[in-house]
Amino acid sequence: MLTEALVLGALLFVIGMLGVLVRRNAIIVFLSIELQLNAVNLSFVALSRYLGIEGQLFVFFIMTVAAAEAAVGLAIIISIFRHYESVNVENFSLLRW
Amino acid sequence: MTASGFAAGPAAQAVAPGGGEAFEPLLPGLILLLPLLGFAGNGILALAAARGGAARLRSGEAGAGGEPERRLVHALPTWLGPGSVALAFVLSALNFARMAGVELHDPVIRHYWSWMATGPFTAEVALQLDQLSVIMNLIITGVGSLIHLFSVGYMREDPGYARYFCYLNLFVFFMLVLVMGAGFPLMFVGWEGVGLCSYLLIGFWFEDREKADAGKKAFIVNRIGDFGFLLGIFLLFRHLGAVDYVGVFAAAPEAFSYGDPVVTAVALLLLLGAIGKSAQVPLYVWLPDAMAGPTPVSALIHAATMVTAGVYLIARAGVLFALAPVGSAAAATIGAVTALFSATIALKQYDIKKVLAYSTVSQLGFMFMAVGAGAYVAGIFHLMTHAFFKALLFLGAGAVIHSMHHALHATHREWDAQDMRNMGDLRRYLPMTWITMGTATLAIAGIWPFAGFFSKDEIIWYTGARAEGEFAVLYAALWAIALVAAVLTAVYMTRLMVLTFHGNQRFGESEARNLHEEPVTMTVPLAVLALLAVFGGWINVPPAVHDSFFGGFGLLPMSEWLHYWLEPVTAAADGIRAAGAGPYSESAPLGGGEVLWAAVATTAAAAAILLTMRALAGREVRPADESSPPEGGLARVLHDKWYVDEAYDRVIVRPVVGASRFAWRWIDQFVIDGAVDGIGALVRGLGWAGSLLQTGQVTTYAVILALGALTILGALIL
Repeated sequence: MLTEALVLGALLFVIGMLGVLVRRNAIIVFLSIELQLNAVNLSFVALSRYLGIEGQLFVFFIMTVAAAEAAVGLAIIISIFRHYESVNVENFSLLRW
Repeated sequence: MTASGFAAGPAAQAVAPGGGEAFEPLLPGLILLLPLLGFAGNGILALAAARGGAARLRSGEAGAGGEPERRLVHALPTWLGPGSVALAFVLSALNFARMAGVELHDPVIRHYWSWMATGPFTAEVALQLDQLSVIMNLIITGVGSLIHLFSVGYMREDPGYARYFCYLNLFVFFMLVLVMGAGFPLMFVGWEGVGLCSYLLIGFWFEDREKADAGKKAFIVNRIGDFGFLLGIFLLFRHLGAVDYVGVFAAAPEAFSYGDPVVTAVALLLLLGAIGKSAQVPLYVWLPDAMAGPTPVSALIHAATMVTAGVYLIARAGVLFALAPVGSAAAATIGAVTALFSATIALKQYDIKKVLAYSTVSQLGFMFMAVGAGAYVAGIFHLMTHAFFKALLFLGAGAVIHSMHHALHATHREWDAQDMRNMGDLRRYLPMTWITMGTATLAIAGIWPFAGFFSKDEIIWYTGARAEGEFAVLYAALWAIALVAAVLTAVYMTRLMVLTFHGNQRFGESEARNLHEEPVTMTVPLAVLALLAVFGGWINVPPAVHDSFFGGFGLLPMSEWLHYWLEPVTAAADGIRAAGAGPYSESAPLGGGEVLWAAVATTAAAAAILLTMRALAGREVRPADESSPPEGGLARVLHDKWYVDEAYDRVIVRPVVGASRFAWRWIDQFVIDGAVDGIGALVRGLGWAGSLLQTGQVTTYAVILALGALTILGALIL
């Protein structure tokens, strides 16, 4: 049972990572990050059965942080869209030297 | 240093052997303190004057300052400058009188405070009062006050009047430190101090690049000598553990045998210092250039006092030089070579001050010959008489230049006021200067009964009398050189007098109407010095001469007074010299006694004067701008000073400048600056390469992050 859960978590994480790396749409990138977070959450929950309740505790923290991050991140994306009429991350490279 | 600390120091450690009356010095610190106070007062006034001038310049107000301010910066220095030195002279004279009244064998030393004490090395700030330092004090403050008085007239119209007296007072202070200090370190302080004042006063008119350069030259050439002096002191401390006179002269005869290599090295190093300060071959080149300073400065610093410090050093360190016959012989040889060499140059110079400068170098050579022959008293004697007549000659030259300058200025003629070819027949206009300078000329030429006759004769005699035992041939040769140089002295001085005061008048009638005898502040010092130049030599007439015609068959009041006076100072050195080198010979190298050779020398000098006057009489001299330097031959070489400056420039100055340029361009700019700049460039380059990673693309960062995480993960798994 644990093996299947961990494999599923790994699969979801890799899918999320590839999404972050290959997609250009900021919303999709954002969603992929959420997918990675939840893949980790799944692994935590699965492992908590054997290693103690702390894993589940950690999941709540991650979900809280993810919610806050979603609020801020979406707000940024919206304000960028209002400015540029685009959410393609390739268009935004001003934050450098 | 406070007034009370100086004036009311701890009780003197006067010891009066034999139960006689003790010598109680009278405020010795105050002798030093007075010129220092003068320096401070004049310095404040000079600063105030400079500030006022700068403020007027800023506000655009033309012309000199207001009358009250001008009076302040002129009247106060007039009293403060000469006054402080004159008071110091009075104090010195009182001390001299007290010392003359008692039997004093050991020097009286006054300790003030400890300058530094590190481990076994201690340097005390202490003044030594003995027969030598008191005599030197009298010369410095006496001739010094006369020259200060002369300066009042000479520098009257100079805008730097207060600054001038400020430097001059400081010079007197340091010169007194030099002669009164009770050990080599304090002497070195005075030694450097007078060097500084010499630099400041040579470059007094520093707006003129050439004059500022002359000051630098004097300072730099003196550094070579100072280096030797300092090493000599170090060596003394290393081997004797003491640097004060009493300690050194007590320990030296025990620590060193006669002719010991260490004491020879010490003597040679001290001699190097003396050569630099007293402008001897090969370091004499700075003194002729030092004539760029005001003429009274040349009289005080570059004739009467500072340049004789080397002679004083050797006389003071007589014990060391007596222990080192090689050092003494070197001093005598250098002195003789210098005396002859610079006398030849003086024969063909046209600048009146240049002739006197080379003459000074030559006379200093005579003094070196004396102290090198072990006749320390003769050296100090000539130092004293030379201070009288050479100061007089320089002041006279100053009066001539001052008058000529005014006359040429009034008629707006662009002539050199110092070139003797522009003068001629000045005796009609400046009779007082003519008479006094004539007196000094007879004195320096060694004509009986003027001062120079006795002092120079004594030097020649003692040099010849050393021609027995070790270095006999050398001293005999030096004796012959001294005789030739003495005759040359008469020749070039007569030439100076004839060109300046006699012959055809080169300037025009309009200049002649503007030529006047100098004011009384300038003629009084001339007169006093002229008296000293006549009678100053009578204090040390040798017994043989004293009883002959030259001593008026015993009529002169004092026989060998200076010799007996300085006996307590020179006795130790004389004893060592006599024990090591044997007594002085009774006759000159060619036979004959002291009286005979005195007669020969003065006759030769008189003949030289008459022959020179005859040779120059009736010769038409052209003004400087109508004449050309002599055509080729020896005359040309002498006129161009044996090309020594050119040779030094070729051999020393240019290689040093070249090496400095190399060090600047290649070592400093290329290697050192290159290394520093290179490190900076390297860091910038690395930073630039690193900045390429920052693209601003979120995706790139994500890829790098993922790759990094994978790498770490892989490393952990493997």
